[in-house]
Amino acid sequence: METFRYIQGVSTLKLDSETCIGCGECTRVCPHAVFELTDKKAAIMDKDACMECGACALNCPVDAITVSPGVGCAAYIIQSWLKGPSKATCSTP
Amino acid sequence: METPNPGTECSCGCTKDAQAVPTGLSSITPFILSSPLDIKEDVPCCGAPAGPPASPYEKAGYSICPYVDGFVTIGQDSVPRVKTRLSPKDHVSTILARSNIGRNTYNVAPGLYATGNPNGESPVLVTANFKLSFDHLRRELQGVHAWILVLDTRGINVWCAAGKGTFGTDELVNRLKRSRLSSIITHKKIILPQLGATGVSAKQVKKQSGFSVIWGPVHCRDIKNFLGQNMSADKKMRTVTFSLTERLVLIPVEVAILLKPAAIFFLATLFVSGIGPHFYSLPAIINRGLPALATLTMGIIAGAALTPALLDRLPGTAFSVKGIISGVALSFPTALILAGFTGVTGVLGLVLVATAISSYLAMNFTGSTPFTSPTGVEKEMKRFIPVQLCATVLGALFWLISAF
Ligand code: SF4
Ligand code: SF4
Repeated sequence: METFRYIQGVSTLKLDSETCIGCGECTRVCPHAVFELTDKKAAIMDKDACMECGACALNCPVDAITVSPGVGCAAYIIQSWLKGPSKATCSTP
Repeated sequence: METPNPGTECSCGCTKDAQAVPTGLSSITPFILSSPLDIKEDVPCCGAPAGPPASPYEKAGYSICPYVDGFVTIGQDSVPRVKTRLSPKDHVSTILARSNIGRNTYNVAPGLYATGNPNGESPVLVTANFKLSFDHLRRELQGVHAWILVLDTRGINVWCAAGKGTFGTDELVNRLKRSRLSSIITHKKIILPQLGATGVSAKQVKKQSGFSVIWGPVHCRDIKNFLGQNMSADKKMRTVTFSLTERLVLIPVEVAILLKPAAIFFLATLFVSGIGPHFYSLPAIINRGLPALATLTMGIIAGAALTPALLDRLPGTAFSVKGIISGVALSFPTALILAGFTGVTGVLGLVLVATAISSYLAMNFTGSTPFTSPTGVEKEMKRFIPVQLCATVLGALFWLISAF
């Protein structure tokens, strides 16, 4: 989303181009158009737009993508600090 | 059955068929009139007139939901068909859900639904069982013949449920089986909202159920175009947006969940405002307490409403910074006008606390946006929570001192 940019240079997203088979699934699931497909290989075009939702890594058929996925929600993170990650919830339904 | 007589008035005022009651048996008629042939549907009896007959789709112990306007029969299954136009009642429930009033009751029963007159070839659209998600989808399906598979996401929208894993592979595979979809449709394709990809692995779904997942657009409003373009989405359909309207609808919930903590905080503020040179003063609760409440309210409005509304206009990337700016902007003039008599320390104290609140609430708004990364949020929190805490403690101290 070009109108909104969050804190830059922090995303844990990584792509292993060697492993990529160019199926394009990551370009279809990413809601921030982080990937583009050129010459049958995916490339990270806009890493700072990544919100670490994990959709790409979960859906890459050959596990070429890694990201440490999570919820970018302060209330959730506070709860996971206090109660541990398994019990944390965020208030938004 | 004989043609009934015009009927006569009985003592209770209801009309009874004279012929159906053999003479001499009137005292025991309730017992011998048990043959259904003796009861005529259109004859009003005591009390309210009879309603319409039960629909053949009614089942004991179930009720037909107001958004269902019929049933589609396919093979042995009858699938409820939902209205594609929202009723005034749906709009009311949207407003209530958006304001956090009885939110937990806005669930739709999971399972298969239909729009229009779908057949074995029609597309299958998957959604969450949060009423708003369901309503958003069905109102975009006017004139579309489709199946809707509702997953049990515990009444949570697709995006949040996917993050929590309830809109996930297991639930989808399980729901596909329970809805017996494979015996209803001839193809093996299901369309999922793109934002569900965080919780669903298409590869696993294929492996476990045989169904191929097709990623639909992010927004329901694009679903017709998507179907029309042979189920393909362009970059615009694939990208999330966070427009002013999308932000504004979130504000009521942000404010509603704050009511309780704010009430406690306000009571504490009133209490502290009473402390002064004469140990404790009741008039000070009013004189000092009310301006303090007004300033803190400005802090809440700044963080929970103004910052979300002006998110793209306020400088800074960290939400906490945006919250500081909007917090000072609203609380400083308020404190100056209402609490100017408390001097520099008093005004500064109030502005510090109000701004800390605004910054904290703005930071919490990260959870409602579709673009903040957890690594970024954590970085922001580690930097700004100490600042917010210091400002609160210092501000409270200044406010106390200003009374002396
Ligand atoms: S999903 Fe994986 S294999 Fe497919 S294009 Fe993306 S990185 Fe390559
Ligand atoms: S983690 Fe989410 S936002 Fe980041 S690249 Fe993958 S799909 Fe896109």
